[in-house]
Amino acid sequence: MSEGGRHERVAGSPYTPHTPEQTAEMLAAVGVDSEADLFDVPSEVRFDGDLGIEPRSERELRAELTSALAKNDDLTEFLGRDHHSHYVPSVVDDLSQRAEFLTSYTQYQPEIAQGFLQALFEYQSLVVELTGLPVANCSMYDAATALGEAARLADRVRKVSGSVVWIPEILHENKRAVLENYVDGTDLAVETYPMADGTVDVDALSELADGDAAMIYAENPTVHGTIEANLSDIGDVADEAGALFCLGTDTVALGLLEEPASVGADVVVGEADALGLPTAYGMGLGLFATREDFLRQVPGRLVGAGEDAGGKRAYTLTLQTREQHIRKERATSNICTNQAWVALRTAMHLAWLGPDGLVDLASQCVREAASLATRLNELPGLKAPVHDRHHFREFLVRTDQPAPAIARDLEADGFAVHVVGDHRLQVCVTDVNAEAADALVAAFEEAL
Amino acid sequence: MMNHDQARYGDDDRYESLLSEKDTTTVEVDGKSPLPDDLTRDSLELPGLSEPELSRHYTRLSQMNWSVETGPYPLGSCTMKYNPSFTEDVAADPNGSVHPDRSEESVQGTLELLYGLQDYLARIGGMDAVTLQPPAGAAGEFTGIMIAKACHEARGDPRSEVIVPASAHGTNFASAAMAGYDVVELPSGEDGRVDLDALEAAVSEETAALMLTNPNTVGLFERDIAEIADIVHDAGGLLYYDGANLNALLGRARPGDMGFDVMHYNVHKTFATPHGGGGPGAGPVGVTEELAEFLPRPHVRERDGRYELYDPERSIGKVHGYQGNWLVLVKAYAYIARLGDSGLKDTSAKAVLNANYLAERIDYDIPYSPFHHEFAATAGERDAADVAKGMLDYGVHPPTTKWPEFVPEAMLTEPTEAESKASLDDLANAFDAAMADSEEELEAAPSKTTARRIDQADAARNPQLSWRALGEEE
Repeated sequence: MSEGGRHERVAGSPYTPHTPEQTAEMLAAVGVDSEADLFDVPSEVRFDGDLGIEPRSERELRAELTSALAKNDDLTEFLGRDHHSHYVPSVVDDLSQRAEFLTSYTQYQPEIAQGFLQALFEYQSLVVELTGLPVANCSMYDAATALGEAARLADRVRKVSGSVVWIPEILHENKRAVLENYVDGTDLAVETYPMADGTVDVDALSELADGDAAMIYAENPTVHGTIEANLSDIGDVADEAGALFCLGTDTVALGLLEEPASVGADVVVGEADALGLPTAYGMGLGLFATREDFLRQVPGRLVGAGEDAGGKRAYTLTLQTREQHIRKERATSNICTNQAWVALRTAMHLAWLGPDGLVDLASQCVREAASLATRLNELPGLKAPVHDRHHFREFLVRTDQPAPAIARDLEADGFAVHVVGDHRLQVCVTDVNAEAADALVAAFEEAL
Repeated sequence: MMNHDQARYGDDDRYESLLSEKDTTTVEVDGKSPLPDDLTRDSLELPGLSEPELSRHYTRLSQMNWSVETGPYPLGSCTMKYNPSFTEDVAADPNGSVHPDRSEESVQGTLELLYGLQDYLARIGGMDAVTLQPPAGAAGEFTGIMIAKACHEARGDPRSEVIVPASAHGTNFASAAMAGYDVVELPSGEDGRVDLDALEAAVSEETAALMLTNPNTVGLFERDIAEIADIVHDAGGLLYYDGANLNALLGRARPGDMGFDVMHYNVHKTFATPHGGGGPGAGPVGVTEELAEFLPRPHVRERDGRYELYDPERSIGKVHGYQGNWLVLVKAYAYIARLGDSGLKDTSAKAVLNANYLAERIDYDIPYSPFHHEFAATAGERDAADVAKGMLDYGVHPPTTKWPEFVPEAMLTEPTEAESKASLDDLANAFDAAMADSEEELEAAPSKTTARRIDQADAARNPQLSWRALGEEE
């Protein structure tokens, strides 16, 4: 490392503004001789060793990290399964990166935080329009934790003695694993109901749910990309069982598929970051919307509109008595830091698309999936889609040959698909990879 | 004194019109999509703005928002430090934009950085193994307590209580309760620290863990930490470290050396990742070797120069759908690597120096000392929330107010290492000027901010949570 000025120096942090003279002056003002004297740490727990972390200059580090990430193979991803990618316009990056948004925190002083508060109020409002449910919070971590919070909400509001959270047998395994942890401290149990050809077997569900259900969870689209045709019936089953109907979905699907409120959904969860966030190794934005009745049981932050002393409309965090910093162990959730900045980006992306753009994008997700499935189905040794349903973005492919071997061959050709069974692959196609669909089909032909 | 007038847009009854007030368009969906009508919604009503309009909308909103880059932001326990620009570029690297279900062979670069961060955090905390999966501090607490629970269950000794000091962050109580534990609140000792006698009385064979922040929430180091660890361990419990205040100790003391078994790190506090208006953060959890088999799955390890994902033997399962907040984690890695040993030590030194210097400069009582990176001043006879509103007009963000509760009219102040001496002098002037204002002046404050005083109680009585709700009101 070169010895340079402040920005290259190795002795100390480049982000502390103090000159040695100022440090000395400040130590004198405090009345101590050295920085070490500021620490009231008993010697037996003091750390005098070396952590062994070598400082690097910014330039060196940029090069180091660029070269590390370049070790990732450059694959065209046909991957989905609860983590979806759509083109994010530059304006979303540009505006969301403004330091006033990026380097602010929770809006404890609303008078100087109107900008972010309004942006979050707008995010909530957009979710209300998409779901038809009147209450949306301003984020959970991701779809899986939002589902966990929904189950805990069901536990708090249920009027009957039901204690089973019914989930579909076709569900991302990770989602179930998170849900299991979220209900571990309650007396809820998680059980699965069967699916019929990729969508909910409503008759079977109806029989199972009778009696002991706290919540029924269904997804539209499912993790296999199938579109549910009987949502209202599932809502009716939940009603009859005295259970909550929780629907999992995402912000793009909501632009086209049945409105959750119109099919009786009590809670909507899912990935809101399908808009606004590029593929980010699973980082998410948990959607959470519900009915007015459950307002005071909602987890997470809520922004409300009110008035300031000048009589103008102004925004503030509201109903905070639900939250951990006031209610402690009786809070509706432990969540504090959330995904607000991602919510900002999602709202920007939605407003950029507008309703026409969103419906077009969602329609593309249906068309591209159908078209790619048809083409793969024409290849010998493949059946696509496996389920005789309409699909959104993605679908299952049955393979005569072992699926892992095909996936390995595809990867060698520069394509990533999901292996979901010994003879099952899953393929996801959206606006960002549709133009590579021809090449994927050609790679499949070669791999078979 | 700083002279600050915050930007203010809008017209008579609002500061900036809502997106929906700028445009609302309804599109009929039925018949327009490739799906049969019974699978689609009837119509969709949303705003749709041109890109120039959108850009102006959000630029104006940003200007009506305080941030670290705007001015001092000394919120106690929040560590609102400067967020280095270059880490944003690192996070934006397109090679890091990969799907979480990619084969491990094809994402060796991603796994290398995650492994590297696990290692850095383990060194900094004095821990043996670290998971990066929890997406926030509270999620880290939940993860850590679930690990403690799994450990006790594996020992055939399930327990029912978690002890939390009265002065702890609200999340500690909520996380323990969420994991199904009864919370036992430990009153603060007279010196502001844990009272050893009270702790002795609180522990029992039902104690699963004690959750502790050190330095605690008024900045005091728990000098009796070795005895505290013995008391908890002798009762068969585990010691949990809340990492919210780790910035004070970087390179100078490590939770692992103090006897903590499990801890979380708040990377958005200590490791300079931007707070994003409330998140995303990340709450990695470190554990001793004995607890490593309970970590969430999957975990990253290195074998012969290759990185791989594996499931720890008795994993608690998952606490996030995938691997947590990647974009945050990579920024934390870059920050730690930029600082290295000497930078980390300088960070804690200047964080503690700044807090002590600011405390020296202001004319407030500070009941508990010697404090480290933060201190709890008291507004005395004044209402701390009103004093805070007064401070807004002097061009600074005020401290955390009325918390912790055992300090009357508390103003919990954490300037961080990133403020210069000149900035601290300005901040001190704002503290004193607000305190010198009359009751009437404080009650009328703020006036130089975008919005005037907002009645939060009124907003809560009549919740309006969407523009649809506003429309119905009219």
